[in-house]
Amino acid sequence: MSEAAREGIGQPVRRKEDFRFITGNGHYTDDISRPRQTYAYFLRSPHAHARIRAIDTSAAETAPGVVAVFTGRQVADDGLGGLICGWTVTSKDGTPMKVGPHPILALDTVRYVGDHVALVVAETLADARAAAELIEVDYEALPATVALDACQASDAAQVHAEAPRNTCFEWELGNKAETEAAFARAARVVKLDLTNNRLIPNAMEPRAAIGEYDKGSGIYTLHTTSQNPHVARLVLSAFVGVAPEHKLRVIAPDVGGGFGSKIFIYAEETACVWAAAKVGRPIKWTGDRSEAFLSDAHGRDHLSHAELALDPDGKFLGLRVKTVANLGAYLSTFSAAVPTYLYGTLLSGQYDIPAIHVEVDGVYTHTAPVDAYRGAGRPEATYLLERIVETAARETGIDPAEIRRRNFIRSFPHQTPVIMNYDAGDYQASLDAALEEIDYRGFAARKSEAAKRGKLRGIGISSYIEACGLAPSAAVGSLGAGVGLWESAEVRVNPTGNVEVLTGSHSHGQGHETTFAQLVASRLGIPISNVEIVHGDTDKVQFGMGTYGSRSGAVGMSAIDKALDKIEAKAKKIAAHLMEAAVEDITFENGAFTVQGTDKSLVWAEVSLAAYTAHGFPAGEIEPGLKEGAFYDPTNFTFPAGAHICEVEVDPDTGIAEIVKFVAVDDFGTIINPMIVEGQVHGGIAQGIGQALLEHGVYDPTSGQLVTGSYMDYCMPRADDLPSFTLGFTKTICPSNPLGMKGCGEAGAIASPPAVINAVTDALGIRDIEMPATPARIWQALQSAAPRAAAE
Amino acid sequence: MYQFNYERPKTLADAEALLAKADDPKILAGGQTLIPTLKQRLAMPSDLIDIGGIKDLDFIRAEGDAVMIGAATRHAKVAQSADVKKHNPALAALAAGIGDPAVRHMGTLGGSIANNDPAADYPAACLALDAKIHTTKRLIEADEFFKGMFETALQDSEIIKEVTFPHPEKAAYMKFRNPASRYAMVGVFVSKGPWGIRVAVTGAGQNGVFRVAEMEEALAKNWSPDAVANIKVPARGLNADLHGTAEYRAHLVTVMAKRAVAAAG
Repeated sequence: MSEAAREGIGQPVRRKEDFRFITGNGHYTDDISRPRQTYAYFLRSPHAHARIRAIDTSAAETAPGVVAVFTGRQVADDGLGGLICGWTVTSKDGTPMKVGPHPILALDTVRYVGDHVALVVAETLADARAAAELIEVDYEALPATVALDACQASDAAQVHAEAPRNTCFEWELGNKAETEAAFARAARVVKLDLTNNRLIPNAMEPRAAIGEYDKGSGIYTLHTTSQNPHVARLVLSAFVGVAPEHKLRVIAPDVGGGFGSKIFIYAEETACVWAAAKVGRPIKWTGDRSEAFLSDAHGRDHLSHAELALDPDGKFLGLRVKTVANLGAYLSTFSAAVPTYLYGTLLSGQYDIPAIHVEVDGVYTHTAPVDAYRGAGRPEATYLLERIVETAARETGIDPAEIRRRNFIRSFPHQTPVIMNYDAGDYQASLDAALEEIDYRGFAARKSEAAKRGKLRGIGISSYIEACGLAPSAAVGSLGAGVGLWESAEVRVNPTGNVEVLTGSHSHGQGHETTFAQLVASRLGIPISNVEIVHGDTDKVQFGMGTYGSRSGAVGMSAIDKALDKIEAKAKKIAAHLMEAAVEDITFENGAFTVQGTDKSLVWAEVSLAAYTAHGFPAGEIEPGLKEGAFYDPTNFTFPAGAHICEVEVDPDTGIAEIVKFVAVDDFGTIINPMIVEGQVHGGIAQGIGQALLEHGVYDPTSGQLVTGSYMDYCMPRADDLPSFTLGFTKTICPSNPLGMKGCGEAGAIASPPAVINAVTDALGIRDIEMPATPARIWQALQSAAPRAAAE
Repeated sequence: MYQFNYERPKTLADAEALLAKADDPKILAGGQTLIPTLKQRLAMPSDLIDIGGIKDLDFIRAEGDAVMIGAATRHAKVAQSADVKKHNPALAALAAGIGDPAVRHMGTLGGSIANNDPAADYPAACLALDAKIHTTKRLIEADEFFKGMFETALQDSEIIKEVTFPHPEKAAYMKFRNPASRYAMVGVFVSKGPWGIRVAVTGAGQNGVFRVAEMEEALAKNWSPDAVANIKVPARGLNADLHGTAEYRAHLVTVMAKRAVAAAG
């Protein structure tokens, strides 16, 4: 096997970028320092809701080392716009969502603990922090709206005057009349109330930014921890108005994890780049972990009521759902899309459900903004559906695997009642493989063996589907997106034959420098060490849409593939010219151009060099050079799907639920690098188990203070909370992109929470338990529930 | 962090002198609580007196029927000490389970008990093992030392020198960790020794470590897990927060006591 083949598609190649990261040679934003750099510190609101009567910055301005102090007044006087939400959701009465202003620094009201009140710029961070303590803010504390179940009450404190009853939108999807008809003829209706707990993202690297301004050229430069630097530049120029797009360079260098939280355009980087021109020096801000807890966009936070209608054979007839989704105090960059088009559209799951109707109220509360977090809407949909399907199995007495089998979609394409058109899949195959792997039939014996040891053993299935590879531009445009969701690529072949790929995707842990290079190796027959993946700098890379929604493989790599098609076509033309053959007779394989049926052949490097010497190219037929670009717009979402099965043992004395087995069988279509994919699944499951058993963002319901503001109270999953995962893969090729790929980045976080909770409730013999199912909650449930008989 | 003066004396006498003359000093031992507190600007001492340079405070010695441990001895050293493992394996195991490796290689015995965090482990060992706390001024019995949440019998200018742990006949410590912080949500240390039977509970009480007389009496009659299985401490006075109710903690005291007795053998 050639080196290129050993490194090509399907090979578990070690990650090229890891050596740099694990030897401390990465360049994260905080590693970068600019000449004459100053430091920013943000004074944040200690109140969940207060009117600002006055701010006195005079003592801070004269404090040692202080360069400048800014408040919302200066930002407003400079004519800057506020932060935006890039997706417009329309309510069922036809009115657009009700958007309250989102100023970069608060003007007269603060709306959550951690809201931005003032920016202090100083020679050192210590000087800035010390000066911030000298700012006198005269707050009039106001009642706060915190609890999700009470925020729409007429007497609840209003977050925004623009949104009566704190309701941003009342959205619906599906056919209400058909759904009601389905329920009318149902043999059985299963009902369930569910909470999807608030999560706080906690990427390893906190958010950071360096804003600077070059007086000579008038160009602003922003280094920032972004998943999508071009989108950041677009928002900062077109909507906030910091600088014209061509005068603003955004660089997202090495970024240490995002999970969605670094998609968004936040106040801090906006203020830093704006203020850099005011003070005439670069300004660096690096958030600390406490600030991350307070001000990174949180995830999930739904209250739902679900009803499933079944016929006498356990076939699903209809689903109706009513959800209240917390948006926090302000709309973040994509927050309106998450509980609507990324949620309601997935409620059909893997099942043939003829009628679905979902209503979602998006509501404001005096808490941090809520936006996309690994999975974004799809974990909430999957949790709801897989919990109610499990409940239906228990109530009908049909085995949980069997009730799923009876309802699986089996022919493709399949149009669901909630927009999505599934292109390919084999749900039975992944469920069967998972059941086999976990030894489903042997569970009863394992349960009685555990009982002898005093442990309660339970098993839970989650048959999930998700829609990712975001997304066809026309489709998302018709649903309210302010952007298109294509991706771009440029392939530059150098005269010596090595290759630079400029991609609009951004890697912040996903391993693009390896997987993208593997595609090039497969196509061009060159080793991955001869491929450089360039991303994250708007001055280097053509406009691109960035990385989120498991899109970089299906969309980003497809764009590279399209550009490689053009490269190959032109290289063949050059080879044909050099070998004096017709282009139709040239074959290109393993890095060699051959004239069919002859021994005439040229290697890749000879052709790439010839592209630049251009000696004797026929004028008008072949241009010198070898560089091609492509924009790829997918024809559909991709639909990864699979089955996750979890087995737990609960210690009834302490309430600890130990995960003793976890099997995940996923269908991701074509897999470029199985090792990286397994890593993605491991990480996703860890986050899903975190949501199910450990993590919970909690605000005090009265004061609105963040109770879980550090790792002392916010429980991040640790290695010893997790079992060894058993992974398997089934494969149906995705017909909607040239590589046949589906996304794998979010699947683990989407699939696993209901598997865990189905297992815990099975072990305890109870209908529901709120996530996270902490030892205390499990113990409490055991005290108040009458456990089902062991034989059941 | 706010600014402070930093001193690193070589002798206890120098440390005492520095303590006496500073406005609002703090003693820095392993710094595992103090440094994060300073970093979050939750404390503003005028002076930090770092006792890490005083060699006399870092030792473990087995003599007669007790192990003596210097105040600045790090948890990892206690956990690995052949003398502690031989004479007081429960104490070695407790030290091996404090925090994480980084904490155990910095944190010290004296720092832990002087801080008296209501969720710290060492106070339970001191109280259950009838430890003697030797300071620059006097000897304090463990029963007299722990005065409530973050409060001890120590006076302002008093420095812990060493702690004497008499050998137990039987002892074990069982800890239920707070899932997030991994501090003891409930930790129960049981012991049998020249002092009789002791059961000390850390983590659960609003006022820090406490003994459970009813369990001690029951174990004196019958040293077995069953003896404590039905003894519940009152929920009143126990902590309650998002990690669990007071009733849950009261229940866990019984469970951990039972398991500790079983582990002690």
